[in-house]
Amino acid sequence: MAENTAVAPAQVGSELDLDAISREMLEVIADMHGETEGAVNIRKNGCLACRTNSDHVTITSKTDNPGIDIRVDAGCKNEHVHIPVVVTEEGVHDVVYNDFFIGAGADVYIVAGCGIHNGGDKDAEHDGIHRFFLEPGSHVVYVEKHYGEGEGTGARILNPTTEVHLGEGASMEMEMVQIKGVSSTVRKTTGTLEADAKLVITEKLMTHGEQHATSDLDFEMVGDGATVRVISRSVARGNSVQVFHPNVTGAAACRGHVQCDSIIMDNARVTSIPAIDAKSTEAQLVHEAAIGKIAGEAIVKLMTLGLTEEEAEEQILEDFLS
Amino acid sequence: MLELKNVSYTVKAGQDSYDDRDHDIIRDLSLTVEPGKLIVITGPNGGGKSTLSKLIMGIEQPTGGTITFDGTDITHLPIDERARLGIGYGFQQPARFTGMKVAKLIRIASGEKRMSSAACNKYLSAVGLCSANYLDRDVDKSLSGGELKRIEIASILARNPKLAIFDEPEAGIDLWSFDKLTATFEELHKTQPDHTILIISHQERIMQMADEIIVIKDGEVTRRGTRDEIYPTLMFSKNQDPACAFTRTAEAVSY
Ligand SMILES: Nc1ncnc2c1ncn2[C@@H]1O[C@H](COP(=O)(O)OP(=O)(O)OP(=O)(O)O)[C@@H](O)[C@H]1O
Ligand SMILES: [Mg+2]
Repeated sequence: MAENTAVAPAQVGSELDLDAISREMLEVIADMHGETEGAVNIRKNGCLACRTNSDHVTITSKTDNPGIDIRVDAGCKNEHVHIPVVVTEEGVHDVVYNDFFIGAGADVYIVAGCGIHNGGDKDAEHDGIHRFFLEPGSHVVYVEKHYGEGEGTGARILNPTTEVHLGEGASMEMEMVQIKGVSSTVRKTTGTLEADAKLVITEKLMTHGEQHATSDLDFEMVGDGATVRVISRSVARGNSVQVFHPNVTGAAACRGHVQCDSIIMDNARVTSIPAIDAKSTEAQLVHEAAIGKIAGEAIVKLMTLGLTEEEAEEQILEDFLS
Repeated sequence: MLELKNVSYTVKAGQDSYDDRDHDIIRDLSLTVEPGKLIVITGPNGGGKSTLSKLIMGIEQPTGGTITFDGTDITHLPIDERARLGIGYGFQQPARFTGMKVAKLIRIASGEKRMSSAACNKYLSAVGLCSANYLDRDVDKSLSGGELKRIEIASILARNPKLAIFDEPEAGIDLWSFDKLTATFEELHKTQPDHTILIISHQERIMQMADEIIVIKDGEVTRRGTRDEIYPTLMFSKNQDPACAFTRTAEAVSY
């Protein structure tokens, strides 16, 4: 589907023509309600629905592929960027390429995310290919939420690919959350880190019913003083299947930590294969993985505070993924 | 307010038992607790004190006898229903929760979802956790044993049940917090004359606060009476070793 290049200079407010379903999903995936500060780009069913630039953030449509380039000026502070995607039609297969260029020393908060409402029986799919180029000393907080809903039997498929390049002394905190309702996901996240760069990635995933989720993460630290921390928390319910394969490579005097915790319920299956790969004697790498059911003593404690067994279970899962 | 009649708890061989024998952990135990009392239960390790508390709270099911609370037969009621009737239990070994904030636990305990941070902090300072940043900590393995234990006690204070059972509240708690804790128990006892406090303890200072002391050994009540009757018979031998001057562990007690 072709990128709509017309720019609607509207805020995410009442004047913007978005249906109720899209509005609700924007709240869930991007915490957007009413006016949103900073730069905004909303994509709906494969087309641009709204775009606003800010003083230090410029968003332009790509000319070769569907997608956008987001440029954040060097040295700017506290900038906000929202680039959510909503899919509300069945049969849509939306592929989008978004590149982020973060200037040296910039400090920016980016909210992406995708909500699919599939009311039909044909599949709806969104594949977001995101690349981040962080110039030295820049700092990015990136939040991405994925969510599916809809009464149809059509699958809701989200296959995000995320690539990050952290220059010297750059730092990034990524929080990637799959809330619920996504039938199938294959997540690929990769990155490289120069000297003194710092990356913390938190991935939270909940699957239920017959859902499948695969997440591959692969980061390489090439400069001294780089650190990577991967925190993965997941809950698998029903007959769902999850496969995690995080890998951290250290090719310098660097530190890496991979920690995967999963709660397994019902007839679900969780496979966790954390890996660490040292190419330098100075690399300090650690991985931990644990899969287990909800701790009985935690349920009992909450029941002694008056919660029913079901309420206690829901509370524990909510906190685990919070 | 609480009555146990001929309560027994036997772990059968081949079920929960760790070996191939039956274990009578609570034996035909009968006990009545009057409202408004502060009662200390003491006795040797393995005597059955925690098991008894768990039977009262509903965490374990008795294999014989009945338990009545405020006129209601609660012998077969689930834990949460007993909680709603007004029974609370602070665990000897508290549970940890991944991702749950201390503030959240206190709010759940109090039943007030929107309780202010200041109000939450009141319960934490009652157990000597004075710094405000505890509210934002996770109730997980990042807390020290003594911190977790005090948060457990704070959760019972926030819940404020008619019958509060504290299982070795002093365990792992430093001197300063211990002082605060005993003051809190005394205050609680004084200001809520219709509430009953049951404290399982080996601690001299706590026993001195008691209206009554109950000694449990081998799953039975071996002695019961007012503090002045029972306390002198427990024969404390003071630990005079100067190397131990900074640890206030349970003084050696002979039962
Ligand atoms: N499932 C079980 N199988 C066998 N024995 C058990 C089981 N559960 C508890 N017991 C035993 O019951 C006895 C009483 O345990 P309980 O924890 O009630 O003692 P306690 O008086 O609280 O001791 P402490 O002062 O050490 O806390 C112990 O000997 C314990 O080993
Ligand atoms: Mg005990």
